Amino acid sequence: MTTRLIGASVPRSEDRRILDGAGVFIDDIEPAGCLHVAMVRSTCANGRIRRVDATPARAAPGVVAVYTADDLGELGRRNLPLLIPNPALTEPRTQFLLAFEYVHFVGEAVAMVVAESRYAAEDAAGLVEVDYTEFPAVVGPLNAFHSKERAHVDMNTNVAAHFVQEHGDTEAAFEGATRVLEREFMVERSAATPIECRGVVAIPEQTGQLLVYDSSQAPSTIRAGLSTYLGVAEHEVEVVAPDVGGGFGVKLPVFYPEEILVPWAARRLGAPVKFVEDRSEHFVASNHERAQWHRVKVGYEEDGRICGLVDEFIHDAGAYCPYGIIIPIVTASRLPGPYKIPAYGSEMHVVYTNTVPVTPYRGAGMPQGAFVMERVIDLIARDLGVDRAEVRRRNFIAPDEFPYVVGLMDEDGTTTTYDSGDYPRGFEKLLESIGHAGFPAEQAAALAEGRRIGIGFGCYVEGTGCGPYEGARIHVETTGKVFVSTGIATQGQSHCTILSQIVADVLGVALDDVVVKTGDTRQFKWATGTFASRIAVVAGSAVAEAALLVKEKAAEIAARIFEASTADVAFEDGDVFVKGSPDVRIPLRQVAVLANPLRYAFSSEALAATQFVGDGERAKAPPPSEVAPGLEATAYASPEFATFASGAHAAVVEVDVETGAVRILRYSVVHDCGRMINPAVVEGQVHGGTAQGIGGALYERICYDEEGQLKNANFMDFLVPYASEIPEICVEHTETPSPLNPLGVKGVGEAGCISAAPAVIGAIEDALGVEITSSPLSPEMVAGLAAGSAGGEAAGSFAARGGVGQSRGETDGA
Amino acid sequence: MVLEDSRAVRVVVNGEVREADAPVRMLLSDFLRHRLGLTGTHVGCEQGVCGSCTIHLNGDPHRSCLLLAVQAHGEEITTIEGMREHPVALSFARCHAIQCGFCTAGLVMSATAFLREEPAPSRQAIVGAVSSNLCRCTGYQNIVRAVAEAAAEMGAQADERASPDTSAAVGPG
Ligand code: FES
Ligand code: FES
Repeated sequence: MTTRLIGASVPRSEDRRILDGAGVFIDDIEPAGCLHVAMVRSTCANGRIRRVDATPARAAPGVVAVYTADDLGELGRRNLPLLIPNPALTEPRTQFLLAFEYVHFVGEAVAMVVAESRYAAEDAAGLVEVDYTEFPAVVGPLNAFHSKERAHVDMNTNVAAHFVQEHGDTEAAFEGATRVLEREFMVERSAATPIECRGVVAIPEQTGQLLVYDSSQAPSTIRAGLSTYLGVAEHEVEVVAPDVGGGFGVKLPVFYPEEILVPWAARRLGAPVKFVEDRSEHFVASNHERAQWHRVKVGYEEDGRICGLVDEFIHDAGAYCPYGIIIPIVTASRLPGPYKIPAYGSEMHVVYTNTVPVTPYRGAGMPQGAFVMERVIDLIARDLGVDRAEVRRRNFIAPDEFPYVVGLMDEDGTTTTYDSGDYPRGFEKLLESIGHAGFPAEQAAALAEGRRIGIGFGCYVEGTGCGPYEGARIHVETTGKVFVSTGIATQGQSHCTILSQIVADVLGVALDDVVVKTGDTRQFKWATGTFASRIAVVAGSAVAEAALLVKEKAAEIAARIFEASTADVAFEDGDVFVKGSPDVRIPLRQVAVLANPLRYAFSSEALAATQFVGDGERAKAPPPSEVAPGLEATAYASPEFATFASGAHAAVVEVDVETGAVRILRYSVVHDCGRMINPAVVEGQVHGGTAQGIGGALYERICYDEEGQLKNANFMDFLVPYASEIPEICVEHTETPSPLNPLGVKGVGEAGCISAAPAVIGAIEDALGVEITSSPLSPEMVAGLAAGSAGGEAAGSFAARGGVGQSRGETDGA
Repeated sequence: MVLEDSRAVRVVVNGEVREADAPVRMLLSDFLRHRLGLTGTHVGCEQGVCGSCTIHLNGDPHRSCLLLAVQAHGEEITTIEGMREHPVALSFARCHAIQCGFCTAGLVMSATAFLREEPAPSRQAIVGAVSSNLCRCTGYQNIVRAVAEAAAEMGAQADERASPDTSAAVGPG
């Protein structure tokens, strides 16, 4: 493979449409006669529905229909799927499309209004009367674990799953350890909040087909599921993910109720039906993540080397667990990060609470694990009086220890095994980048001026590119365009650009001639979905393989024309020729004509192509009959194991001890995602993830009160950082190619957000000289820590979490 | 119902006169998107916080989700569709300042209005200016860079235009 484009920061192919305002996002799709949906959502966190009265709503102007669970028939009695069962999940609960008898969180869909406009639908939704018998709400993971109240009143526990794993002998490790330390940690609930909310548009076509546009990260899965739930043949449903305005996991779940209800209503009403969430609704109707409480016991030697670690944690699943226990499994398997822990034990309790369900959000359990592990390393350093960087060095897995078996179950059911990496190299680069060597002097100088500055670190290992598979079809058109279709969906990660780079490199064509279509089941049916930083790795490998197959086929045809051997056929600038005679060349599009036995000469190129078929030499040009027509190939990649990217973050912060304001003075990231297809794209992913991670450390907290009411369901009170909150981020790379795929790539999508919180919070800890065991921190909490009114333990306890987050108006006036 | 009363709303959008009926309570963002088919303006919150819906109303940046369509009657509007080939837009592409692209229209509209007021801004001023808009994908790094590069480029163009025969500064696009 000649490499020209792989590895280059080429401009994105996606940008032109976006800048012309010509992107097509879900709310841009509005077929003629489209009806609009507004959902009636539970205002009660835990209760039994006594009565739903939709009569006044049905009579409201513009209303076409109002549906409650009873109107759905059989469908209304069927739970949404449990996507990933696990034997440890003994009490699985998933929701109904519309609440049936009980509600378990504020925001749960209770009824659906269909009207001529969204305005009319919202008016009518306000007229649907629902009476509840309310039960006490269960909120917060620790509370759920200890409370006598039940999040699901038909259960005699709040514990959905209990799972214990051990790798090595932890008991013996603690016996042998010279020092042992125990701490509790809390990471609070957060949410992905892409700037575009969710939506779905269903169009019953004249042909009887159902065409569904869905802002989903997994349209192929939606299609398969829709066919089952709606009882229609798979070939009668097509699902297309249009341009999607960010996903970060929250658009992955199969299904949110509206994704079935809207297509169902469209079929029933024989008209296009559309639902697009509004922002306040998004906070209570789209899933959350992150909340976990941990208790860690770690044994180590005088030199800081860890000999054993046991982590018991409680994971808040919210009201339902459609993804089973996948997030806590990721937390458990990824908690050790880049460190060698000879004996590691993990015990998880997964609990239900009366809050929005929890499904993966960028990082999916990894940020919590990294937060805990990095705090532990800092605590060991503090206990021993050793530099925090040095304790990290002493515990890193060495570059010659790969493949390295971590031991616990990975998200795909395999035993977590790191394929490759060089953690010390990346870390030393990071120390240089952030100015670690000179920092003690810098800190002392600042202190002399009365300024409190600190430095913090966060290392991580990111599991990426897991199976089961992705696929792609590549078709060289007779126009010369190379059309690539793949089932994965894209939400801004520049997938079309990077996949084009791979194809253009293999086939020796111009980047502009490659057109990539994603997330359209009419084009490509088979896909797993966009999550776990897997597209560059898995779809990238499939695309590379399909391109090689196309190339092979083209070489065979060209070899017959040139009367040369296939091995001598070369590809360059959209042409093929025989090595050594670059002057005699034919365009690849002519080879495409020859690849089709029915080659009508629609164009002059096609006419020219047909002339290669002389009398009596037919065997020379057309492909043999066992070869499929067209210059086209399909390939799949099914990695058996995930590949593990890695990296480290460092932050230097200044803390205002009076106000608790934290200013990030410098921020560095060193990231290793193997071979980079497009460094600018990689950097963009790291930037975005890091900003989300900084948000997670200092601003973003989903706040429920004791009644299970969400107190900050809008962007005024849930503080997504603006540019003013994000420092300049210096990104550097190391490249340790993965041995697991031909491109040597690893994923990068989630990397940025994993270790920002430990780096920032570690830096605050360093600046103040106190111990911090919870995330996120609000200015009040930081000021409290600085004043010594709240010690490390208080900051770590769930009760002292600072209550309702500060609102925008109060803090930065933005 | 009085909320359902409609008015004819006439606006000049991107230099073209457009007219359509709008219920009096219809947001300007909905009017532009769903009545006039200008779907390049996006709606991320309808609460005036995210800035995705930013347009120029008589040359000034406004959040179109905080205006009613009827308020724009008789006024002049520019949307992202009227920004083709604008140096700021081109700079966004060159600097990898776009990921999902949902926030992009609002940011381009905010940035162009800002650069008209402040053609040679400091990095800090740019950060302050783009802090009117939320982006969840890019971490703002390349957005800030894109605005800085556009400013430099537009400044250079203005200098070129200004230098031969006049000393008066020519305001950029
Ligand atoms: S949609 Fe107008 S500011 Fe968010
Ligand atoms: S590019 Fe996705 S929100 Fe800005």
